[in-house]
Amino acid sequence: MDMPQPNARIIARKSSILALLSQVLPPDAVIGDPAETRAYECDALAAYRCQPLAVVLPRTTEEVSAVLRICHAEGVPVVPRGAGTSLAGGSMPTEDAVVMGLARMTRVIETDYENRFIHVETGRTNLSVTQAVEAEGFFYAPDPSSQLACAIGGNIGMNSGGAHCLKYGVTTNNLLGVRMVLMDGTVTTIGGPWDEPGSLDLLGVVCGSEGQLGVVTEAWLRILPKPEGARPVLVGFAENEVAGACVADIIRAGVLPVAIEFMDRPCIEATEAFAKAGYPDCEALLIIEVEGSEAEIAEQLAKIKEIALRHNPVEFREAQDEDQARRIWLGRKSAFGAMGQINDYMCLDGTIPVSSLPYVLRRIGEMSAEFGLGVGNVFHAGDGNMHPLILYNANKPGDLALCEAFGAEILKLCVEVGGCLTGEHGVGIEKRDLMVVQFAPVDLEAQMRVKDVFDPQWLLNPAKVFPLAVSAGRRDAVTTGPGASPRTPGIFEDRKCQA
Amino acid sequence: MQTHFTEAQLADPGVARANEILRSCVHCGFCTATCPTYQVLGDELDSPRGRIYLIKDMLEAGRPADAQTVKHVDRCLSCLSCMTTCPSGVHYMHLVDHARVHIEKTYRRPWVDRMLRNVLAFVLPHPGRMRLALLGAKIIRPFRRLLPDARLRAMVEMAPKTIPPVSRNDDPQVFAATAPRRMRVALLTGCAQKALNTDINDATIRLLRRLGCEVVVAKGQGCCGALTHHMGKEDQAHSAAAANIHAWMAERRGAGLDAVVINTSGCGTTVKDYGHMFRNDPLAADAAEIAGLAKDISEVLAQIGLPQGAPREMRVAYHAACSLQHGQQIKSAPKDLLKRVGYEVVEPADSHLCCGSAGTYNLLQPEISAQLKARKLATLEAKAPQVIAAGNIGCMMQLGSGASVPVVHTVELLDWATGGPMPRALHESA
Repeated sequence: MDMPQPNARIIARKSSILALLSQVLPPDAVIGDPAETRAYECDALAAYRCQPLAVVLPRTTEEVSAVLRICHAEGVPVVPRGAGTSLAGGSMPTEDAVVMGLARMTRVIETDYENRFIHVETGRTNLSVTQAVEAEGFFYAPDPSSQLACAIGGNIGMNSGGAHCLKYGVTTNNLLGVRMVLMDGTVTTIGGPWDEPGSLDLLGVVCGSEGQLGVVTEAWLRILPKPEGARPVLVGFAENEVAGACVADIIRAGVLPVAIEFMDRPCIEATEAFAKAGYPDCEALLIIEVEGSEAEIAEQLAKIKEIALRHNPVEFREAQDEDQARRIWLGRKSAFGAMGQINDYMCLDGTIPVSSLPYVLRRIGEMSAEFGLGVGNVFHAGDGNMHPLILYNANKPGDLALCEAFGAEILKLCVEVGGCLTGEHGVGIEKRDLMVVQFAPVDLEAQMRVKDVFDPQWLLNPAKVFPLAVSAGRRDAVTTGPGASPRTPGIFEDRKCQA
Repeated sequence: MQTHFTEAQLADPGVARANEILRSCVHCGFCTATCPTYQVLGDELDSPRGRIYLIKDMLEAGRPADAQTVKHVDRCLSCLSCMTTCPSGVHYMHLVDHARVHIEKTYRRPWVDRMLRNVLAFVLPHPGRMRLALLGAKIIRPFRRLLPDARLRAMVEMAPKTIPPVSRNDDPQVFAATAPRRMRVALLTGCAQKALNTDINDATIRLLRRLGCEVVVAKGQGCCGALTHHMGKEDQAHSAAAANIHAWMAERRGAGLDAVVINTSGCGTTVKDYGHMFRNDPLAADAAEIAGLAKDISEVLAQIGLPQGAPREMRVAYHAACSLQHGQQIKSAPKDLLKRVGYEVVEPADSHLCCGSAGTYNLLQPEISAQLKARKLATLEAKAPQVIAAGNIGCMMQLGSGASVPVVHTVELLDWATGGPMPRALHESA
């Protein structure tokens, strides 16, 4: 993976930068020892790594602001990091960057059940938001598979979705406001528990901005009353394409289950070994969940069953009890990790029109044979958000490059059929260079102008989202701040970072 | 994850195993969410994923352990919550055990650390020395604030106010079944446990005999090796384990043995791993056989079956010891047994989190341990129990030093409900 040349002047001043950071943070919140910063060199996309200059672990918004003020003045890039679960390398550092980890900012600041919101710090994990309100019968809807570990800050950065987003929408549909620190240390609030009618939808700009615009330290989230009941059903098929066709038919019929999830045989077998959910023995499995009152569940299930039976499923089975339902979801949500039992993998995130599912699944199968690399498919079928997991051997020379090439072809295919590069993982580092496949230069220019407004020095989350060639002019132009070297053209010659 | 070991490095079976484990990790980060020290400290270096990274770096470079890596590995409780959570099946236990051995071999600790660790390794596995140490602690107790090191203060504070007399039940002997005989089992009578509390083995023996088990206290058995094993003192751990394997195999080959019963779950996790511990040793086959025979007392009781009891007016908060719920994946059996004999069983929130006891952890890492203890006590007492039950002496000591209700071993309650005496801790609080 190409990375920009790190700023040697910053690296040379490491000790003075650490000293400045230590003035505003307690000793246990500044990490500069290379033996320790190593562990922060990557997130859940471990194929791409780059050891940062330093790591800071602030406990308050004020500390975040103080750090950003220093980094702004010194011209030091900053990489925000929640729980480091990004599959797109969203929190991968650069050698001259300070990683800002928010894992210590986990407080619940306020819960308001009458007005259905919770105000939290963004280092808090997604699942623990629901856990904080479930005793009162509420939940927070977006549920990425990594919800056990992933942080709300990362969810906002990537506009994360999840299995149940088919019905409830993704993060942006459940986010009411944020407290955000700009690169110069300014603390600002956008939105809040109440609507701000008439104002520009800046919150919509921030959500999904991948840490390019500011560091979100607090969030107001919509919480919802739990449904009266919910039941997953398992529908097994003899072929991937048939399962895909069944999904398209369910959506076309106007039925809206809360989730339609797809797993193929490799994923079924790997997750069954971990979760013991009793998945059927089949080539492709749909987990369809419906919710509501008993009557609503019965009515929806009847419709779904009728559609499914037209596709000759090998099995159609409802969860027998709560424990089985729990295991069915445990397996699905652990699927990525469970695939690790088989091999290393790269997890993609392309999103396509639901009607294209059968075609794209078939093409992925064909490409798998062409590239000679296995693929597991496990994804949110209801909204066409695919997650092909390309299996490769990280210790085999050349395998990663082959995997990258295969991944790029799949994502191009997604764009070709009218979809897009990412559904919920974000562009990060992984899909950065493919942005030109989806966006015309004028589109990218418009997006970069938004970043110019929030982060004119281009210090936040460097080398992500925008292809290096496209953003080169802007990154070259940045010469302000005592730490920034006068950058002549050519100094930003892209170089290889460890990969 | 990608690893960078040379062929020469991989020729070492320890490194080969570490490589296998590292290769299965996909760095997804799920483990961070259920790691107690990460909850308290909020630094990835104090999470399983961070430690795996530190260990990987240390082993790949083949360099001696550095102070930073040692600090973060030392902070690991070995509660193994990460192994319950990990979908990729990363065997963190074997990895961190290997790292500890590497640290012990290549890193020179500050002399206070060395002294403390050597004292613990000298005393804890030997009940006689342990009793003397407890007596010493009792004498020093009033002056403990004068001690220069927080760890020394923790050691003195952890010592119980009363030291039980030696129980003759722990001597080598055979207890005949008092009901028609169904099984012949060996009981690991332990080391530190029998110096701290003799009621647990007494209750276990009564209960097993009543259920038709002939109970053998085998000659030559002693500490399981866990205490020194977790300090990276491989040779000491292996010689303790080997003594047990010899003692039990002698019974197995003699009058026969259906199980090795363990009522200290911390030991159970280690005995069940003897097969791995001796995998490259002439003792491998015997070790694997003993590992296969090893059963937590709750497993044996669930297998035999307890008589259904009438409801008892007692609310028991069940504290799941990590070595049971994560190390041995025994989750429901103790609760089911308690319910079956008539107790009302409640569980604390975040029951997957460690209480901070973790073998010698509460003695060596008193600050983190105290935070975990406070969290655990708060969640347990929120359930308003009359008694707290746990299956591990370490947890009992840790919780007992701060709980407002008595803390007993699960077998004491089961023994009481099936005809044994009321547990002493309940007696004393009544």
